[in-house]
Amino acid sequence: MSAVDAAAVPSGEAQSGAAEAIHVENLHKKFGQLHVLKGVSLSARDGEVIAVIGGSGSGKSTLLRCINCLENPTSGIIRVNGEEIKLKADSHGHTVPADRKQIERIRSRLGMVFQNFNLWSHMTLIENVIEVPVHVLGVKRDEAIAQAEKLLARVGLAEKRDVYPAFLSGGQQQRAAIARALAINPRVMLFDEPTSALDPELVGEVLKVIGDLAREGRTMVLVTHEMKFAREVATHVVYLYNGLVEEEGPPEQLFGAPKSERLKQFLRNVG
Amino acid sequence: MPLSPIFHARLPPAATASDEASISGAKLIDAFLPASAAGIFELLSPVAPGWGGTLLVGLLHSIEIAIGATCLGLLIGTGGAFGKLYGGPVTRDLLAVYTTVVRAVPELVLILLLYYAGTDLINQLLTAMGYQRIDISGLAAGIFVLGVVQGAYSTEVIRGAILSIPQGQIEAARAYGMPPLLMLRRITVPAMLPFAIPGLANLWLIATKDTALLAVVGFFELTLATRQAAGVTKAYLLFFVAAGALYLALTLFSNLIIGRVEAWSRRGMPSVKEAR
Repeated sequence: MSAVDAAAVPSGEAQSGAAEAIHVENLHKKFGQLHVLKGVSLSARDGEVIAVIGGSGSGKSTLLRCINCLENPTSGIIRVNGEEIKLKADSHGHTVPADRKQIERIRSRLGMVFQNFNLWSHMTLIENVIEVPVHVLGVKRDEAIAQAEKLLARVGLAEKRDVYPAFLSGGQQQRAAIARALAINPRVMLFDEPTSALDPELVGEVLKVIGDLAREGRTMVLVTHEMKFAREVATHVVYLYNGLVEEEGPPEQLFGAPKSERLKQFLRNVG
Repeated sequence: MPLSPIFHARLPPAATASDEASISGAKLIDAFLPASAAGIFELLSPVAPGWGGTLLVGLLHSIEIAIGATCLGLLIGTGGAFGKLYGGPVTRDLLAVYTTVVRAVPELVLILLLYYAGTDLINQLLTAMGYQRIDISGLAAGIFVLGVVQGAYSTEVIRGAILSIPQGQIEAARAYGMPPLLMLRRITVPAMLPFAIPGLANLWLIATKDTALLAVVGFFELTLATRQAAGVTKAYLLFFVAAGALYLALTLFSNLIIGRVEAWSRRGMPSVKEAR
């Protein structure tokens, strides 16, 4: 399996083979005095599934949110599909994207799935799924609807197409949110703790959908608390501790034979 | 204890104790309504010599002003709310001064100030720049003055509504690369509507009634029309009751429309009754 081979090489190093979809180098993020990321590097090649794990406050969600500039990094380099995000300092000395159009173009190819689903509540599921293709990417409406119907069927929500999100369970909403992310035909999917807001009995249905996507070779970065799931689907696992990469490697190595004391402790605590 | 004439006049003749009282009641009604019952219809008839047409024209002008002022107010309010939430420090300070001053000063004073001082200022500017003085139409001035007042209140209503949107929905729009104006049109405005409509509906109803204040600057709206009709015919009670009925009809009709719009804006939300 080439994906596993690629993952065996530490990310960030030059390597041949699949193109690098996401490249993060020496990323720092400060919220005022709080130094959340202290120089994190991360790389995701096409077809790789990168699982980011770590305790609360380790900076894993912040890392993910910096990739599409939902949080502006304080310093560091972010490349998406080989294109470096241009950053500049604003009048307050904060780092902000220098080119709004560039950031919008990059974002429209990154399928983000949030912890709290964040479906648009005034739109039905099908409207949620076609919204970005039609209004941002300029896909024709009937084409977008045909594709959205397929995607909703794929996540098992075909018959809910005209239902508003508030009338669905959390698991259904999250599956719809995954369909919304897939509708933009994303180069990379970003999952920000996609099952953390779900009732335990609803976690399985969402993980199944994400697992299927991983197995078909979707490139994804997955921030998660589901260790068993990360071990199953990830090609490469990154353990963050206190804003730094404490240990990374293939899942068998990280979960089977962790080197770092902190990681061992963390794995014991999360069971 | 003798009954006051007003109290007496309210009693229908049939309800009075004696014939004598009934006669005096009828006389008192005559005192308030110089016309007979048949005369009421004559007075309210839409064609001259009836004054119904005058009242309806006044109502039409009132509605024009209220619609114009509400639209202008919504524009100012939307801009103001975004300026207050996302603008720079200077924008925010200027908007704070605007909303504070406009909401602090009685509307009647603002109307007199903006109407007289405003038109005077414009004409002084025009003469200074070498142009002719112009007559500013009452309609435009009325819409402008009430629009500025409405804008200040709308700013706060819309600002509150934007703050009520679950922030994740805005974040999702950003995460999918929506440009600001598209996000405003497709996400922010529809998502804030359920929170804004009750407040904006209040403002609309206030606007319909604030048009009456424009009577003081001589704008021919419903209240001024009523005063004219009543002054000429001396049928004060009749015409002011008729004007009140027209304002009430406007409110009832508005409520009907607002109810539909609100139900539509809440289409994605579970019914509050079910959550009880």
